[in-house]
Amino acid sequence: MAAERKTKLSKNLLRMKFMQRGLDSETKKQLEEEEKKIISEEHWYLDLPELKEKESFIIEEQSFLLCEDLLYGRMSFRGFNPEVEKLMLQMNAKNKAEEVEDETVELDVSDEEMARRYETLVGTIGKKFAKKRDRANYEEDENGDIKPMKAMKMFLKPQD
Amino acid sequence: MAEAAAVAGESLGGGRARAARTVLGQVVLPGEELLLPEQEDADGPGGAGEQPLRLNAGARSRVRVVCGPGLRRCGDRLLVTKCGRLRHKEPSSGSGGGVYWVDSQQKRYVPVKGDHVIGIVTAKSGDTFKVDVGGSEPASLSYLAFEGATKRNRPNVQVGDLIYGQFVVANKDMEPEMVCIDSCGRANGMGVIGQDGLLFKVTLGLIRKLLAPDCEILQEVGKLYPLEIVFGMNGRIWVKAKTIQQTLILANILEACEHMTTEQRKQIFSRLAES
Repeated sequence: MAAERKTKLSKNLLRMKFMQRGLDSETKKQLEEEEKKIISEEHWYLDLPELKEKESFIIEEQSFLLCEDLLYGRMSFRGFNPEVEKLMLQMNAKNKAEEVEDETVELDVSDEEMARRYETLVGTIGKKFAKKRDRANYEEDENGDIKPMKAMKMFLKPQD
Repeated sequence: MAEAAAVAGESLGGGRARAARTVLGQVVLPGEELLLPEQEDADGPGGAGEQPLRLNAGARSRVRVVCGPGLRRCGDRLLVTKCGRLRHKEPSSGSGGGVYWVDSQQKRYVPVKGDHVIGIVTAKSGDTFKVDVGGSEPASLSYLAFEGATKRNRPNVQVGDLIYGQFVVANKDMEPEMVCIDSCGRANGMGVIGQDGLLFKVTLGLIRKLLAPDCEILQEVGKLYPLEIVFGMNGRIWVKAKTIQQTLILANILEACEHMTTEQRKQIFSRLAES
């Protein structure tokens, strides 16, 4: 049953943690900005210029990370642990603030092929589980592609 | 040592605050006060002669300066709290006066927020683990702070395991808390460190020296044989190689290289490479 209409997910569902993992940083930033706008109007603040004068401009930090550019703590040499070597490249590139190229993951099967497979796959598997009456819906086109299922026959309430 | 004694005599006798710029790279002792660059013109007698008079002499220039480990804020000046060499780093992004810190040496670790450390799990109490990081008290690690962990899907952590994580809370008033994920929820190499290997302790200064971007020791070590190392900022290093003997050699090298000169180190590496 190839659903043609995309189900729209509610905003609350999108805000749940398991949906956030796949998001890009951009969409995350947009979501955060929207939430901030809601907060900032009600946010209370002090408007005292004398306090601002007394604010010191020296910041105390106890961490060495700001002072020295240290490398990432996990290291592997000569292929002992390939995952750690991949991590090393990733983290050290981040530290040097080079442009991290969006690594295009090498695909064995291209996206188009996957889409084509799924299109036909859904039909063939669907046919297997369809009852005899519904199998009539799975007529084959001239090309051999399976046509999408017709609308299911539902009970029509008689109009007065 | 004579240099340090002379410096100490001068500062104790004078009692005058020195400009931080002039002391860069020199040994400083606790109790010294350092002036930041903007204040020199106002306070010091020399140096103001050639500069034109400022109309608003009272207003400060408001450059944000960060004082790092070993320094504290004391009014408008920096107060030294540890003995060591004073260092400075220029700001890369251009917003602020840079970072000053004291390069000191110590063995005792004090938990700092954001540091990656190696801890040993000592106890499981309810929903949290107690992890010994070498500080004054054990850090707490929640079982949900691992990648992909949920209430039903608990991480496989036993007492005695080694954990590589970072601190999210670390100050003198609260118990330190650590996690094994970053702000995006990904592990990034943190979590339980694998089987075998050897954990040993070194000074904190050595860890920073080895993790410096241009460290020759690590490059030479990496050429010897396949190995894996994990550095914790709390002075702990975990190493693993294919055989026990190689692991022990590696551990000995890393411990000894703190006190060796470059030539001695090169001799040892060439002898190892031969055998």
